[in-house]
Amino acid sequence: MLTQLGFSIIATASPGIDLELSITNAFQGLGVPPEVAHVLWLPLPMLLVLVAAVVGVLVTVWLERKISAAAQQRIGPEYAGALGILQPMADGLKLLVKEDVIPARADGFLFTLGPVLVLVPVILSWLIVPFGQNLLISNVGVGIFLWISLSSIQPIGLLMSGYASNNKYSLLGGLRAAAQSISYEIPLALSVLAVVMMSNSLSTVDIVEQQNSVGLLSWNVWRQPVGFVIFWICALAECERLPFDLPEAEEELVAGYQTEYAGMKFALFYLGSYINLVLSALLVSVLYLGGWGFPIPVEWLANWLGVSQDAPLVQIITGSLGIVMTIFKAYLLVFLAILLRWTTPRVRIDQLLDLGWKFLLPISLVNLLITAGLKLVFPVAFGG
Amino acid sequence: MTFAISTELICFLVLAAVVVVGAMAVVLLENIVYSAFLLGGVFMAVAGLYLLLNASFVAAAQVLVYVGAVNVLIIFAIMLVNKRENLEPIRGLQVRRLLSGGVCLSMLALLVRVVALTDWALPGPPAIGEEATARIGEHLFTDYLLPFELASVLLLMAMIGAIVLARRDVLVQDVVTGDPVSQGLIEKSQPPLLPDQPTS
Repeated sequence: MLTQLGFSIIATASPGIDLELSITNAFQGLGVPPEVAHVLWLPLPMLLVLVAAVVGVLVTVWLERKISAAAQQRIGPEYAGALGILQPMADGLKLLVKEDVIPARADGFLFTLGPVLVLVPVILSWLIVPFGQNLLISNVGVGIFLWISLSSIQPIGLLMSGYASNNKYSLLGGLRAAAQSISYEIPLALSVLAVVMMSNSLSTVDIVEQQNSVGLLSWNVWRQPVGFVIFWICALAECERLPFDLPEAEEELVAGYQTEYAGMKFALFYLGSYINLVLSALLVSVLYLGGWGFPIPVEWLANWLGVSQDAPLVQIITGSLGIVMTIFKAYLLVFLAILLRWTTPRVRIDQLLDLGWKFLLPISLVNLLITAGLKLVFPVAFGG
Repeated sequence: MTFAISTELICFLVLAAVVVVGAMAVVLLENIVYSAFLLGGVFMAVAGLYLLLNASFVAAAQVLVYVGAVNVLIIFAIMLVNKRENLEPIRGLQVRRLLSGGVCLSMLALLVRVVALTDWALPGPPAIGEEATARIGEHLFTDYLLPFELASVLLLMAMIGAIVLARRDVLVQDVVTGDPVSQGLIEKSQPPLLPDQPTS
């Protein structure tokens, strides 16, 4: 029963390399009983994801600093490593050794629990991000729905830290974050629903596979252009990136819910927001840009070159190409998000809620309806 | 006992303990904010129980609806109206507590009796695991269509009620102070809603 949720499916395509099997076999070779070997295997993919997420954040922070510098005609970080590439590490190290201040009148327990509740759901959501046919932690059946429900936990953490800080700016920031998150969750879920309707599955693997029949032309972005834009806007709002960074609007709220935070607790918020950004970009690429698919299907390329798809070398190349394509698409979107952040002004809170409830919600409903109609009329193109 | 079964048992015991202790704390704690946050924890633990029962879609829906929507809105409401006011001490609090405790205990006794007397080893349908999502959809659109639609009508009614309560401009008297309500202050929209209001 638990194995369904178990983290058992990191392995490349079927005849190729089965990492889990080989590692558990290696443990068993050392005289460890099979069940214990399985338990020893379990933390490895989780650790891998944690490392991947943190490295993704480091890269994104560096990109943010460099691109913002370019947008403002500055140089940006340049002394820490070549082109300042070690600057995010230095930032992290600084936050790690900084004093952990809990304000005197704050509620210590909730103050500590808040950032954890913000970070944990985001990292858990990496479970469902596929980097290849079989390259994901767990192909859970509820797939993308798991991400939607996990990301709805986040506002509780934000409200908690806003309340526990005992500071009016924090409380206002927390309330704004919750309001924003609830408003944009609905159009986000509806646009995901349209994609799910087309691929007849909630699983991220199936969603990617139905997009990769004829390469670039079969990506969902052509069939769901409206859904793509809605999803992207809502994802930015969920990440609290600038046009929508009201919860931490510097000019009005000092820093919103993170005003009183310092040291590692602040770093948790910081990590959480950047992991969320990378995750959103990955999911946009999974849902709309063909995930790990190459613009020209790899099967066609293999046929033209006259090599078998099952050859080990071809499999390794296909697998690495999948990872590269996923990350490339995701970082293209991260780049777009950073450009948007440094070139657009912030919306007002009433404009934000108007946009969410009066514009995006009706449009996404209409999009869902049209998708359902098209699915009935053109079952070939819209996954009947 | 195999490894998987013992893991499952441990998970069940922990989740059940969280549900029971958390629910007690939600009721018994004095601080309403703690109660609200703990309620979220209880909902999460219930979702964990669903997960143990192999109902992953129901678990995700539980988290989305109860934790992500209901509980967030409860906390939201508490924080928006979190006024420090000295409430009147309730008369006969001890008697009330004893009475409600008695009612709860008799309910518990009833439930324990039902649990003890029921033959639980019923043969159920085979678990369908991940196909449950499709099965739930089928049921919602066929034999459970009417309850589903009725639930949505109920939600619509609740929403209209909330709008009526929130739009204070239908009231002529302030609920708290009893003063006549200044309509212009309440509804400062660009097009004047009230015809006798001078446009300035």
